[in-house]
Amino acid sequence: MGHNEFLYPIIFGVVTGTIIRILMLKTDYRQYPPHLHGRIIHLALGFIAAGLGTIMVPSILKEEYTAITFLTLAASQFRDVRNMERTTLQQLDTFELVGRGNTYIEGIAVAFEGRNYLVILSSFFTTGFYIVFNIWAGLICAIVCFFICRKLMAGNRLKDLVDIEYSAPRFEGPGLYVGDIYIMNIGLPDRQKEILENGMGFILKPKNFNASITIANLGQRQAILYDVSVALGVYRDSGTPALVPLAKRNLKTGTLGVFILPQTKDIDKAIQILANVPALENAIRIPSKTLSQERQES
Amino acid sequence: MDTYITNKIMAVITTASNVSPGGAPVFKCQSKDDLYSITANLEAILDGIAHALNDEIYIIVKH
Repeated sequence: MGHNEFLYPIIFGVVTGTIIRILMLKTDYRQYPPHLHGRIIHLALGFIAAGLGTIMVPSILKEEYTAITFLTLAASQFRDVRNMERTTLQQLDTFELVGRGNTYIEGIAVAFEGRNYLVILSSFFTTGFYIVFNIWAGLICAIVCFFICRKLMAGNRLKDLVDIEYSAPRFEGPGLYVGDIYIMNIGLPDRQKEILENGMGFILKPKNFNASITIANLGQRQAILYDVSVALGVYRDSGTPALVPLAKRNLKTGTLGVFILPQTKDIDKAIQILANVPALENAIRIPSKTLSQERQES
Repeated sequence: MDTYITNKIMAVITTASNVSPGGAPVFKCQSKDDLYSITANLEAILDGIAHALNDEIYIIVKH
């Protein structure tokens, strides 16, 4: 059976794109996407994205320009991915003991949409290099694309923004403190005892002004609490609203006091997890950049 | 959609005699132990947090 001259490049591009999608779909301690079915949805969409990116090259070469306009259809398709992720996660969030918060959810949703576009571009370039040069050029392009995707995907971590210190929670009257940061008012002595037994406190000192604004974001704080609660468990149940992990801010210094109620009290592990909490895209603020730009302009 | 009342004082528990009922029900107690046990119960029942305003006045707030 005779076949199209573009058959092998197309297969190559689709396979590369799909593999890149698989490699970007890491399931880590945050457990997302959690199960086989969630993963299959993303793999299927990654496959479609790879197909779209690949087909672009032969369409251009064959001067079938209308085919390329179908990409706009694809874009709206992948915007739905974001909506799908957002809706699912928001639904699930109401049943979490410690929720992710909308900022975190939006970050995840955007990442899922963005990854599909990365797959489209990777497949496009890989197929292009295969057709224009040869399979080896295609292969090298695929590897380069993989590293670029990985670089684009990896954001900042909390350890890039703050220094983390352990500080045992304490009570002054009914006021719960971590370091010198007031967390909340706990009235009952029994509750106080429970909190001192099970609670842990951490002080996050921002390394610069930008970091201080970023960690002040409520969504970022919720993300910190969520990640720690997932990794270390949480000493909490429905109907015990007093046992709630909280992060409060020292207004003067911008230092963040994080109070958590883990199931396993392991300081080193907790610091490690805090250090690896992602700095959320939507929370990152860089006011110093604007300031320095203004200075240059004036 | 469910509607919740939040940030509201659900109950006041006190051993002080000068606290009078207003917007929230007031539970007057004779002793400290009484105060703690009633507060603990109400906290669980009302699904709120018990806050101490001072040694004699406790409030349950739903957040």
